[in-house]
Amino acid sequence: MMRLSWFNVVSLTLGFAFLYIPMIILVIYSFNAGKLVTVWSGFSTKWYGELTQNEAFLNAAWVTLKVAVVSSTFATVLGTMAAYVLVRAGRFTGRTLFSGMIYAPLVMPEVITGLSLLLLFIGIGLDRGIVTIVLAHTTFSMCYVSVVVSSRLVTFDQSLEEAALDLGCSPIEAFRLVTLPIIAPAVISGWLLAFTLSLDDLVIASFTSGPSATTLPIKIYSAVRLGVSPEINALSTIMIAIVTVGVISASLVSKRNLVRQKREMQAAERA
Amino acid sequence: MGPVLQSTEFAPWNDPTEKPLIRFRNVTKRFGDFVAINDLTLDIYEQEFFALLGPSGCGKTTLMRMLAGFETPSEGQIELSGQDIVPVPPNKRAVNMMFQSYALFPHLSIWDNIAFGLRRSPMSKPDIKARVEEMLKLTRLEKFAHRKPHQISGGQRQRVALARSLAKAPKLLLLDEPMGALDKKLRQETQFELMDIQEKTGTTFVIVTHDQEEAMTVASRVAVMDEGCLIQVSTPDRIYESPNSVYVADFIGDVNIIKGTAKAQGDDLYQVNWSDGMPPLNATSETDFSDGQTCHLAIRPEKVAISADKPDGADNAVQGKILDIAYLGNLSTYHVELTSGVIIKAQTSNTRRISRRSFTWEDPVWLSWTATAGVLLVN
Ligand SMILES: Nc1ncnc2c1ncn2[C@@H]1O[C@H](COP(=O)(O)OP(=O)(O)OP(=O)(O)O)[C@@H](O)[C@H]1O
Ligand SMILES: [Mg+2]
Repeated sequence: MMRLSWFNVVSLTLGFAFLYIPMIILVIYSFNAGKLVTVWSGFSTKWYGELTQNEAFLNAAWVTLKVAVVSSTFATVLGTMAAYVLVRAGRFTGRTLFSGMIYAPLVMPEVITGLSLLLLFIGIGLDRGIVTIVLAHTTFSMCYVSVVVSSRLVTFDQSLEEAALDLGCSPIEAFRLVTLPIIAPAVISGWLLAFTLSLDDLVIASFTSGPSATTLPIKIYSAVRLGVSPEINALSTIMIAIVTVGVISASLVSKRNLVRQKREMQAAERA
Repeated sequence: MGPVLQSTEFAPWNDPTEKPLIRFRNVTKRFGDFVAINDLTLDIYEQEFFALLGPSGCGKTTLMRMLAGFETPSEGQIELSGQDIVPVPPNKRAVNMMFQSYALFPHLSIWDNIAFGLRRSPMSKPDIKARVEEMLKLTRLEKFAHRKPHQISGGQRQRVALARSLAKAPKLLLLDEPMGALDKKLRQETQFELMDIQEKTGTTFVIVTHDQEEAMTVASRVAVMDEGCLIQVSTPDRIYESPNSVYVADFIGDVNIIKGTAKAQGDDLYQVNWSDGMPPLNATSETDFSDGQTCHLAIRPEKVAISADKPDGADNAVQGKILDIAYLGNLSTYHVELTSGVIIKAQTSNTRRISRRSFTWEDPVWLSWTATAGVLLVN
């Protein structure tokens, strides 16, 4: 193991401090007994208790979760299909246009995406609510999924699919039995990406949500405008905890897989 | 007891009543402007072990891929058992292909890789199990059944690919350079294994190879290709002994080519005038040459004898001095420069130890061969 030099220790500390001090402050103040966010007046968990009573926040959290799960699932299906066509279909008329159109939302300012969706929904007379948020989130996160999946597909050995066809699979079976299991990690990370994008989207959701359904970021944002309450700190701390647990368990799972693979390899070499 | 000779030779291509299994009729394949296969017509018969040989890029893989159904011909027809297969998709053809890259499914165990094709067929579970185990035994992979492809060696992977393509007992098995990555010993073992499998199962094999020795060992017939065309299709011994062109003679094995002009001597015998001031060479030929026609005499090095004194009564004898000796273990090849400047290779087998051999560099020697040893070729 290399020993860290004095310089490295300092830059590491500064870097992490820069990243995490704001969050640490937020977490600390979520346990503040007083109502003032900036003055420490003793330890308490009462804000967490109060949060569970706050119907509006809980509703918004539930809506956000539903929207994130449904929209990221749709986005993953559509994005994977688009990526597959772009990588596999070779040259067809309009391919450049198609790929350009898939990637355009990546660079489009969110305000414009949100506004145009709003106009569309009003135009077709769709009432704003969960459905419109799901549609909007699917639209903009699908291109992220397709970027992630297509970067995996270009390195995918096409002869594997040909071998599957050769052994009697229909093209759909070949995709389901061979291609999909192999590109699954990319598809899953595409889903996770879409999920987080949907979870913390404020701009597009604020254009497409209606009085019947509000997402958590909108709720927090509007609450903060009336003054930061320790309740919001508590809510944010919970979100941080959830994300942390998620990230750690994901990395643990992949590490365990690696270790298991290594052990299998060693066993194979010994035999 | 000596070996039992088969009463009838296996040569369906000589039997006009025999129906070919595969029939290419005037097949052309273009990629854009590039012609990969050029108006090719070829019949392959049931139970053949057919080898495709040719330089890189001559269209061997393209031909295979058209048989497997991954490419459609631009023109012409391909028939399998008398049925036009061009519109049939790959998964509906009774053809299996062993890929050059093996194309094993990395997420499945060896067992599941081999069972993959069987599970797509209406076979019952116990039958699949029995068949997979049979295949594992045949390719000696029983011990590795539950490993993943990345946990076995290259040679074992190649056997898995072979087992997987054999499992469905296809009518036709396509092998694209199946032994490219193997060492010589494993390669020979596998070649004999393949021939054994072929004998047991009666499957028709089409094999692509860069290794002409391999083609000679395993094949019932060999096709030599160049730039999308078939140059010669024949049995290995005929390809070797009577090539139809300088290209084929040169491609298969080592050969001396002497250019000259022919002069008929009657009864298939020709004189070849090849160098001013040198006596003409004598050679027989089944093809006719007109007097003064340019011809190429092709002689294999092992048919050229080397001696210190002029041999008596030889059909052809020329003098020269040894330029180089290539020692190949069991054989030695002598490069002899004739007085006319032409270099001729002569090969002898090393039955004695090196120190006792009689010739060395710069020695003057005589080379001789019979009139029937070589082949006269137009081009
Ligand atoms: N999809 C394709 N598009 C364009 N050209 C192609 C394509 N596939 C093959 N070719 C060309 O067709 C020719 C024949 O290719 P093929 O793969 O059949 O060669 P090969 O005889 O198998 O060569 P090798 O021995 O190197 O494998 C090559 O010149 C190749 O560049
Ligand atoms: Mg090839």
